[in-house]
Amino acid sequence: MDKTINQKAWLLVLPVFLVVAFSAILPLMTVVNYSMQDTFGNNQFFWNGVGWFKELLDPSSDLGSRFFASLWRNLFFSAVILLIEVPLGIVVALSMPRQGWSVAACLVIMALPLLIPWNVVGTIWQIFGRPDIGLLGYTLNHIGINYNYVSNEFDAWATVIVMDVWHWTSLVALLCYAGLKSIPDAYYQAAQIDGASRWAVFTAIQLPKMKRVLLIAVLLRFMDSFMIYTEPFVVTGGGPGNSTTFISIELVKIALGQFDLGKAAALSLVYNLIIIIVCWVFYTVMTNAGVERRAAKGAA
Amino acid sequence: MARIDLVDLAHSYGGNDAPEESFALKPVTMTWRRGGAYALLGPSGCGKTTLLNLISGIVTSSRGKILFDGVDVTTQTTQTRNIAQVFQFPVIYDTMTVGQNLAFPLKNRGMPRPEIDARVAEIAGLLDLTPYLSRKAQRLTADAKQKISLGRGLVRSDVAAVLFDEPLTVIDPELKWQLRSKLRALHRDLDLTMIYVTHDQTEALTFADTVVVMHDGRVVQSGTPAELFDRPAHTFVGYFIGSPGMNIVPAQVSGREATISGHAIALNRSYDRLPAGARIEVGVRPEFVEIASPASNLLAANIERIDDLGRVRFAHVRVGDTRFSAKVPPGLSVSGNNAGLVFDPSRVHVYADSLLVEGEA
Repeated sequence: MDKTINQKAWLLVLPVFLVVAFSAILPLMTVVNYSMQDTFGNNQFFWNGVGWFKELLDPSSDLGSRFFASLWRNLFFSAVILLIEVPLGIVVALSMPRQGWSVAACLVIMALPLLIPWNVVGTIWQIFGRPDIGLLGYTLNHIGINYNYVSNEFDAWATVIVMDVWHWTSLVALLCYAGLKSIPDAYYQAAQIDGASRWAVFTAIQLPKMKRVLLIAVLLRFMDSFMIYTEPFVVTGGGPGNSTTFISIELVKIALGQFDLGKAAALSLVYNLIIIIVCWVFYTVMTNAGVERRAAKGAA
Repeated sequence: MARIDLVDLAHSYGGNDAPEESFALKPVTMTWRRGGAYALLGPSGCGKTTLLNLISGIVTSSRGKILFDGVDVTTQTTQTRNIAQVFQFPVIYDTMTVGQNLAFPLKNRGMPRPEIDARVAEIAGLLDLTPYLSRKAQRLTADAKQKISLGRGLVRSDVAAVLFDEPLTVIDPELKWQLRSKLRALHRDLDLTMIYVTHDQTEALTFADTVVVMHDGRVVQSGTPAELFDRPAHTFVGYFIGSPGMNIVPAQVSGREATISGHAIALNRSYDRLPAGARIEVGVRPEFVEIASPASNLLAANIERIDDLGRVRFAHVRVGDTRFSAKVPPGLSVSGNNAGLVFDPSRVHVYADSLLVEGEA
C-alpha cells in the first residue's frame, strides 16, 4: 500500500518546533557559542576553541580547581541529604495515620514546606539561625553552643543541610506514604498469620513494595539537590569563604560577578551534561524495572 | 489442631450499639470438630469471611466467645491463636524465593533450620513446588503464587486450624479441580482442621465433610452435602444448593395435604400444628417433580422452556404466577405448552417463615 504523503503535517508541527527553538535550542546554542569564545567589552569576541573546557577539566588551573571543589561539595551535599531524607521520609510515612480525619491533617501539614518558595525558605532559615535575633541561633548560643553560620563552616553546612531536610523530607514521606497505601490489607493479615515481627513486615512487605516510589524519590531529590542554588545563596551566600559554594553559585559568580561569559558557558554545559547523564541513568534503571514487571506479568 | 467452639459469637462493623439486624454476623453457636473438613458456603456479603476472620483473630468479635479446645481465645491475637489462613488473592513476599516464602512462618517462630528444611521440602513435594524452590517467587504465575500461599498455610503442623478464604478464585478452572482434590488429599495426609470459605456450591460440596450454609449474617444449616440436598432446613439452602435450585411455592397446608394454586398435593407426613400466621411454603427439588401429559388429577402447568443438560432435561414451567422447574423424564417427548406435574410426596417439604417444619408420621 502506498503511503500518503501529506506535507501539511509539517505545518501542524511548526508551532511546537518554533516554541522549542526559541525556548531551548537557540539559547542553548548561544551558550555553546559563548563557550568557544573569549569576550571583552564592546562586544568583541575572540575564538578560543575548546580552551575553556580544557581549563575547566584541569584541576590545577584556577577555573578547574573551583569547578572540582564545588562539584565535590555538591556531591557530598546530595549524599548527606539523601542519607538523611530517605530513611527519615520512610519513618515519617510509616508513622502517618492510615485512616480518619488525621490523614487529611497530616497530608496538609506535610505538604506545607513543599509549597513555600525557595528564597522564602532561605530567608526563614537565615533569620531563624541568626545568633542575635533568630530563635534557633539565639537559643543555641544561649544554652552554650557557639553557633554562627556566618563565620563557622560546620555551622553553615549544618544549617544548609537541616534546611533542605526541613524543606524536602515531606516529598519523600508523601511518596512513601502513597507506596504504603497501595499495599493490600491481605499482606499485613498474612504477615500477622505467619507470625512476622514488625521488622520482618517492614523488610519483607513494605520495603519491597515501596521500591519503585523510593527510586523516584531518590531521583527527584538527587537532581534537585544537585541543582540547588537559592536556599544556600540566601542563607550563606556560599560562605564562609567558599565552604558552601555549590556549582550553581560558582556559576553565577563567574558569569555575573566576573563577567567571564566564556568560562561560565563552558561550566554551564558541563553542569548540564552531568545532570542529563544522571537523568538518563536513572531513567534507564527505572524503565528496566518496569519491563521486568511486565515480563513477570506476561508470564503470569 | 483443636476443637473450635463458637458461643453466641456476633460481629458488627458499626460498633456494638448498632441494631442486631445490621450485624455482619448475627449470633451463632456451633462447634467445629478437630480434624474436620468444613466448607462455609454462602453468597457474597453473607458474613462468611467475617466469621473466618473472627476465628483467625484478624477481626475481634463484638459479642460472644471463641474457644479453642475449651480455652477462651476471644481476645487473643492471631499469632497466639496459632491459626493459618490463606487469602483470596496470592500473598507473596516478593524479595524471597519460593523456599524462603514457605519457610517464613516457621522461621518467624524460631524453628531450627534442619526441621524447617524438612518441612518445606515435604510441603513443596505435596504441592508440586519442588522444582521452583530456589526461584524468586515474584516471577511465577498467579497459579503458582497461590500454591505458595497455600503452602505457607499448610507448612505449620501444629496449627489449630487452616482457614481458606476463597483460595481458588484466581485459578484456572481445570487447575481448580486438581488443587481442590490436592487439598482434600492434604487434609487426609496432614490431619488438619480445615475451614474453606466459598460461594461456589460445587467447591463446597466436593471439599467438605460438613457444609455450613450462611445467609444474611446467619448460619442457616450445617450438615453433610446429602443432608443439605435432601432436607434443606431453610428455603435459602434449598434455593442456593442444587442447580437449578429448589422450587419454593406458597401453599396452604393442612394435615397430609398441600394446596398449590387450588390443586391438592399429597404429603408424606402430617402437618397439623403449623405456627399460626406464618408464611407457609412448600419446597420440592426439581429432581423430584416430573413433567407428564396434562391430566385432571395433576397440577396443570405451562411449559416456557426446556434446558437439556445432557444427562437430564429440566423444564421451566409456570403454575399460575409462580415459576417452577421440573424434570422431564427420559423418553417423554413434549408437545404443546400444557403439562401436568407429578410430585414425589416423600420429597415435598413444608416451610413456615422459611424454616423447615418437621411433620408427624
